[in-house]
Amino acid sequence: MDLNRVDQEKYARLVKLEPDVTCCIGCGSCTASCSAGVFSRTSLRSALLALQNGKEQEALSLLGACMFCGKCLMVCPRGLNTRHMILSIHKIYSET
Amino acid sequence: MKKNILIIGGGPAGLEAAASLKHSGNNIILIEKSHQLGGHLARWDRLFPDGIRAREVLDKMIASLDGVNYFTDTDIAQINILDRSYSVILSNGISVLADAVLMATGFDLFDARKKEEYGYGIYDQVITNADLEDWFRTREDSRIDHPKRIGFVHCVGSRDEKSGCRACSKVCCATAVKQACEIKAEFPDAQVYCFYMDLRMFGKHYEDLYLKAQKEYGIRFIRGRVSEVAEQIDKTLQVKAEDTLSSKPLKVTLDLLVLMSGIRPSQNLEPVRKALQLAKDDDGFINERDAVYELQKTSMPGLFVAGAVTGPKTLPDTLAEARAAALQILSYLADNDKKPAK
Ligand SMILES: Cc1cc2nc3c(=O)[nH]c(=O)nc-3n(C[C@H](O)[C@H](O)[C@H](O)COP(=O)(O)OP(=O)(O)OC[C@H]3O[C@@H](n4cnc5c(N)ncnc54)[C@H](O)[C@@H]3O)c2cc1C
Ligand code: SF4
Repeated sequence: MDLNRVDQEKYARLVKLEPDVTCCIGCGSCTASCSAGVFSRTSLRSALLALQNGKEQEALSLLGACMFCGKCLMVCPRGLNTRHMILSIHKIYSET
Repeated sequence: MKKNILIIGGGPAGLEAAASLKHSGNNIILIEKSHQLGGHLARWDRLFPDGIRAREVLDKMIASLDGVNYFTDTDIAQINILDRSYSVILSNGISVLADAVLMATGFDLFDARKKEEYGYGIYDQVITNADLEDWFRTREDSRIDHPKRIGFVHCVGSRDEKSGCRACSKVCCATAVKQACEIKAEFPDAQVYCFYMDLRMFGKHYEDLYLKAQKEYGIRFIRGRVSEVAEQIDKTLQVKAEDTLSSKPLKVTLDLLVLMSGIRPSQNLEPVRKALQLAKDDDGFINERDAVYELQKTSMPGLFVAGAVTGPKTLPDTLAEARAAALQILSYLADNDKKPAK
């Protein structure tokens, strides 16, 4: 991974829309309680990290199976708006 | 009867102990090896977690000395144990018969040159936490010239058995997060990264500081130890680490790398320690009599400790120990008075 090649402009747009994306403490609660994760690898924690590392496709695929049930919202210890964050990630990074 | 209490070290621990003892009716003598009072506090600019000015805290401490006898540029030339006192000759020629001695000799900052792979002293753009504090205070350092990409390396010379220290230095996570916010505030366009192994934000308000770093300053925290640094032809630095949360190696180019040098035992204390045959811990710091109940006492009667002389401490920890040591010294002197002379 090369952090020099991260699309900082796109990430900045996401942060503006969802300031919570910078506040993850990497605890893994969201991943552990994810209903979609039972069927297909889904992890908001990993997706946020992937975005910071410039792995946009990987991030999208880690969130592709999300059903927006909102369980992650209930377990996040920082009270981050995880559900809305996932929506915005799709919105910003799915554009071509 | 008036007793002599000798305090070795004019840093936060020594100053606070002296201020706490000044009204006790005893004769307090404080000595400081360097030319000024304040110890490491005199070198810091703003303090974690809330950004209080170090100078203001120090000025208050010095003001509250208020009449205590002190000597700067003064060390211990000789120290001997007598029956109930210590016979001390100071480097300025003065002799003191001390009924109690407080060692408040503090710590040394780890010499970052010893971690050669990080290039301190070799590459221009690698500095330490203390250098950055100097810059915040004085604005004088040609290495800090509008950096656009800045990295902080946690645990330099701490949690690193190869560099001779297994222990955590306790204060450098909070220092790194504080400095990351401060430098981002100076250079708002810069990308700022913190390379950490565990983030030890244990104290009151520390977690708030961490949240602020993420939320207000957009500091990027990367969980992984920097393994190597290489200087490029244009003086920028190529830094490699593993992002252990994604199990992938990463590299990034930086304009400035700040090393969080850790807290090491003070070498200035060694002659005194040897003269008194005082035991030190595996990590080189002085051992307390026990690590729960008798933190301010040593294995020797009348010899007390406070502050970073026994290991890494924050300032509030240090000051609390200094006040505790003052009380313990007074109760030791009072008990001694009741015992019949040999
Ligand atoms: C980079 C960094 C930043 C920090 N920032 C903060 C912060 O923001 N907030 C916070 O709470 N804490 C902070 N700390 C911790 C703080 O610096 C310590 O808690 C404090 O300095 C400990 O005080 P001390 O008196 O025990 O030791 P010191 O500050 O080391 O003072 C010891 C003094 O004793 C003198 N001395 C040593 N040997 C002798 C001798 N033989 N004879 C005479 N004098 C002698 C020394 O010259 C020195 O002046 C920081 C630490 C580091 C490394
Ligand atoms: S306080 Fe943080 S940076 Fe300092 S040694 Fe401990 S873990 Fe490392």
